[in-house]
Amino acid sequence: MTNVRTTEAKLTRDEMAQLVARDIPAGAFVNLGIGQPTNVSNFLTVQQGVTLHTENGMLGMGPEATGEDIDEDLINAGKIPVTELAGAAYFHHADSFAMMRGGHLDVCVLGAFQISQAGDLANWHTGAEGAIPAVGGAMDLAIGAKATWVMMSLFTKAGESKLVETLSYPVTGLGCVSRIYTEVAIFELRDGKVFVRSTHGISFDELQAKVPVELTWA
Amino acid sequence: MAPRIASTAADAVAEISDGSTILIGGFGNAGQPMELIDALMDCGATDLTVVNNNAGQADAGLALLIKERRVKKIICSFPRQSDSWHFDQAYRAGEIELELVPQGNLAERIRAAGAGIGGFFTPTGYGTLLAEGKESRIIDGKGYVLETPIHADFALIKALKSDTFGNLVYRKTARNFGPIMATAAKAAIVQVDEVVEIGSIDPEHVITPGIYVDTVVALGGEKE
Repeated sequence: MTNVRTTEAKLTRDEMAQLVARDIPAGAFVNLGIGQPTNVSNFLTVQQGVTLHTENGMLGMGPEATGEDIDEDLINAGKIPVTELAGAAYFHHADSFAMMRGGHLDVCVLGAFQISQAGDLANWHTGAEGAIPAVGGAMDLAIGAKATWVMMSLFTKAGESKLVETLSYPVTGLGCVSRIYTEVAIFELRDGKVFVRSTHGISFDELQAKVPVELTWA
Repeated sequence: MAPRIASTAADAVAEISDGSTILIGGFGNAGQPMELIDALMDCGATDLTVVNNNAGQADAGLALLIKERRVKKIICSFPRQSDSWHFDQAYRAGEIELELVPQGNLAERIRAAGAGIGGFFTPTGYGTLLAEGKESRIIDGKGYVLETPIHADFALIKALKSDTFGNLVYRKTARNFGPIMATAAKAAIVQVDEVVEIGSIDPEHVITPGIYVDTVVALGGEKE
């Protein structure tokens, strides 16, 4: 599926995760955000040799722990019990975020509410009246890695595009997103332009009609 | 000077007074010094400023301090969780002040306090709501926000073990905020599973040197 430009059907969540996993370079250090991005780890191969970072202080994170392997001192950023792989390392919170902010991670995969064509990301706060704000590591993750990729459904429940000209939701990070994986298309963002790498269950023209930014085939 | 070895969690927190700023370690339940927090609850200190990644979960620990309105202000990155009902209620009633800080900036502000740094420019949060009112600067074409250190009166931390000199070893992801919080408080109070003889921790394995540690209490490995 890697080199296919169009498919008849929309991508399933697993297919999206599989595509992201295939795009992660061999040997990369990667942080997978909470939610959909976590599923990417299920499709990474041993041969890829990818090392997972979790911002609460670990490199070399293994799969979710089950049964007797559950250890309350060994959790991921989503507070789910996980396991450690050979070669794992632990470090404190300031080191963990310095590692991220310092550009040592190759790829970070996140979810999003909205992304602008300039790569501005909104994923921490809806801005709704009365909502209690919570940011966690979202702003650090957005701007820290060498490449920030997003996985999301392209449209809201009301059918509005989450890929927009300018954000209407509060910003998480400016100009940080370089690639977006959605169920209907994969986008590359470069120099303020939006390129379409592939379409799924939709034609390029239909896609362009639903997305309020100018699209170009990659 | 070697740390004071307290006999109980209550004894360990006895010096905490009203109006104190307290760093509390832990990320989720990992590294959360639950017995020290319970002792803080029992000691009656109020009007507290608390620094923690979250704002309490369910009906335990920090959540109970908030429920009893003993916390006037919380500095944290992620207050809103599915089981943060006591914080939610206090916040909506206007009975607790919230300073929301991105997690990496929170960690670095604590680290800066312990390292004698007066402030630092960080790219995290630049151009966002959380940078409003803060000085920002473009350095080599990239935007940064000025963040200042978070100093505290006390730190409550959980480690795996301490020697009698206060050298600490942690366990897995329970380390999280512990090492930096130990450096940023006037008095670091540490609960450990066991206190071991000086010399029995390999110096190469020490994560927090005893210089930062003021009080240690051994509470055993098993939960009550």
